Formats: sequence, C-alpha cells, structure tokens
Amino acid sequence: MTKNMIMGGLAVFVLAVLSPFWFNMVTTTQAAPEPELLGPAKEAKKCVLDTYEMRANHMSLLDEWRDAVVRDADRIYVAANGHAFNMSLSTGENSCLGCHEDKAKFCDACHTYTSVDPYCWECHTNPKEIE
Amino acid sequence: MEKSRRRFLKVAGIAAIGLGAAPAINFAASDSHGPAAAAKVKNDTALHAERWGMVIDIKKIDDNLARKISLACHLHHNVPDFTHEVDTRLYPKTRPVNHKQEIKWIWKEKFHYAFPDKEDEFLNEKFHHLPFMVLCNHCKNAPCVQACPTQATFSREDGIVMMDYHRCIGCRFCMAACPYGSRSFNFRDPRPFIDETDPDFPTRSKGVVEKCNFCAERLAKGEQPHCVEASEGAIVVGDLEDPESDVRKLLKEHYTIRRKQSLGTEPSVYYIV
Repeated sequence: MTKNMIMGGLAVFVLAVLSPFWFNMVTTTQAAPEPELLGPAKEAKKCVLDTYEMRANHMSLLDEWRDAVVRDADRIYVAANGHAFNMSLSTGENSCLGCHEDKAKFCDACHTYTSVDPYCWECHTNPKEIE
Repeated sequence: MEKSRRRFLKVAGIAAIGLGAAPAINFAASDSHGPAAAAKVKNDTALHAERWGMVIDIKKIDDNLARKISLACHLHHNVPDFTHEVDTRLYPKTRPVNHKQEIKWIWKEKFHYAFPDKEDEFLNEKFHHLPFMVLCNHCKNAPCVQACPTQATFSREDGIVMMDYHRCIGCRFCMAACPYGSRSFNFRDPRPFIDETDPDFPTRSKGVVEKCNFCAERLAKGEQPHCVEASEGAIVVGDLEDPESDVRKLLKEHYTIRRKQSLGTEPSVYYIV
C-alpha cells in the first residue's frame, strides 16, 4: 500500500468522523432561547435561587417543593435571600406562574428547544389558559 | 527506573481509582437539599390538629343541601362530571362516556349501603330516606395506605389520609382495600368533563386514583373545608385528640355512629343520627 493511499484514507476518515461538526457549520442552528422575564418577574429582581442555580436545578427544587407541600403540609419557602414564596406552580400571586406570567416564554421556550416534555401541565393548570 | 508490565499496571490502577474517586467525593460534599439557609414552613394562619376528624349531623341535611355540599366540593376540586356535555371544539377526539364510570369525593348514600352492618329487620322508617353524606373516612388504620405499593397514599401526621397524585401508578390496590368505596379511578382524561376549571386546584390525569383530601389545601390557609362551608352547620371538623375541640364536644353530647366500625379501620368521620 502506498503512502498516498494511507494518507488519503486517513483524510477521508477524519472528514467522516467530524461530519457532525461540518454539518453544523454548513446548516444554520437556532440559538438557545433565554427565558424571558416579563411583567412582575422583571420588576421583582429577586428569585427563589440565583439564576445559575435555578437554570441547573429548578427540577429538583420543584421536586422538593412537591414533597414538602403534599407530605409535610409546608407551603411557604423562605429562600436563602430572605424572600418567602408560595410553593406552588400556579396558585396565587406568589407562585411560579403568579410571577412569571407567560408560561410559553418562561417554561415552554426552553423545554421545547431541548425536547423536554415534563408532564406538569397534564394536571396543573395555567390560570391564563382556563377558558 | 525499572519498566515492567507489573509496575505499569499498578500505576494505571491507582490512577483509575483516583479518577473515579473525585466525582464521588464531590457528590458526597455537595448539598443536595439546596442552600442551607432556605427553609420550608407553614402558613401562619394554617389550622392544626393532632388528628383531624369530622362530625356530620344527618338530621340537618336534606336532599337539597346534600346536592349543594357535593357540588361545592366537586366544583372546587375539579372533579369531572361525566354527564357534562363535552365541548367538541376544545376536545374533538373525546370518546363516548361509559356512565358506569363515576368520580366522586363526597356524595349522598342510602343508609343500608352506608351502614350495611347496622341494617336491622325493623329499622326506623326515616333512616331509609335520610341522605347520608359519605366520603373518605381518613381512617386511623387506613387499609388503603397499607395497600399502596408506591406510598402515593399515606397517612399525614395530622391524621389526613392524603394522596400524592404524582406517585400514583394507577394499580387500584387502594380501591380494592378501601371498605367504603371512597376512591374513584380516572379511566380517562377528566379535563373534557370539567365545566369550569378552578385555577386554585389541579385536575387529575388519566390513570390515577382520587379521593377526598380533607381540603388540606384550605386547612393550610386557615380556611374550613368546602363541605363545611356549604353545609350550613351540619358538618363540623376539628381535632379528635383535643377534648375541648368542637367535634369532641359534639361527640360528648350526641349518640354517633361510624361506618363499618367492626373492621377496625377507626374512621374519623362520625354521624349524628
């Protein structure tokens, strides 16, 4: 086998292995959506946890909240920053959707982008969507 | 330095252990319960009890009031009504209703169904017509709690037998275990059959069991359960362990009965007859 053939084969191999990167460079990709802060959430300037923690761990936080509310009957979360929140997705002004009023922009935008399909809304209701 | 296979394997092995240990140490060091300063507390106005109980004065309830009580509960808890006409615009693919399927939290029952062990041969005539309001008895020894394989049904500290719908896998062991028929199963998505959804309470999804929750969400806010508010004084709730509570006073003054007492489930719902 000649040296040229080996080098040619290697080049083809490298191109093929890196094909996902070439593909991404050629096609356009959507930028990851940022959750938009609107209405009361924009003015409040306070959140349950800081942004990074929230982005990474909101699902485990909600899981903890659920157990606290259902099992221990604790319904108020006094955050590390001193603010108190209602441990609820959608009931009352001090709940998640009470402050982040637009579910489509706050929850769905990222979940759709990352193909995550949480089943929260099979039971919980968005007060804005009730007819 | 001597380079032998044996020596190389030793070094490689130690390196592998080191690499593996780092994430484990990090995991052990991290606090999985969020920031230490955060706290989960109850509302200041929340109602407390050692063991919640209910006294229902059947003499004060007529058919009209019974309907009102059921409706108040079912509307606020988004309990589906399968006689409700489905809005085909919103739910175009809804299958026809099987009317044997029923979901109820509190409802009117005839005496001989509610109290089969108390049906005497020559029972006072009036008992056949009284509307006995039946619901989950929030038993002290709840058989449903023992039957539930996922602990979706559990006895809360204050005696309320609660359900965590998130955990319910729909096996219906609890329905077989409950001697009172207090539990209903969602054979289908209940949403098309809810006329007006109350935003203050979630609906349920297909495949879970549901039942009365003693209005835990209202007690947490310091409010009385919906049935109590609608009952015009016929239903009273309070602490069974507190001798000074309203329910204990009623129990002291009146002769009361409980459903299927002989089974030993210790129901927390008493009936004044």
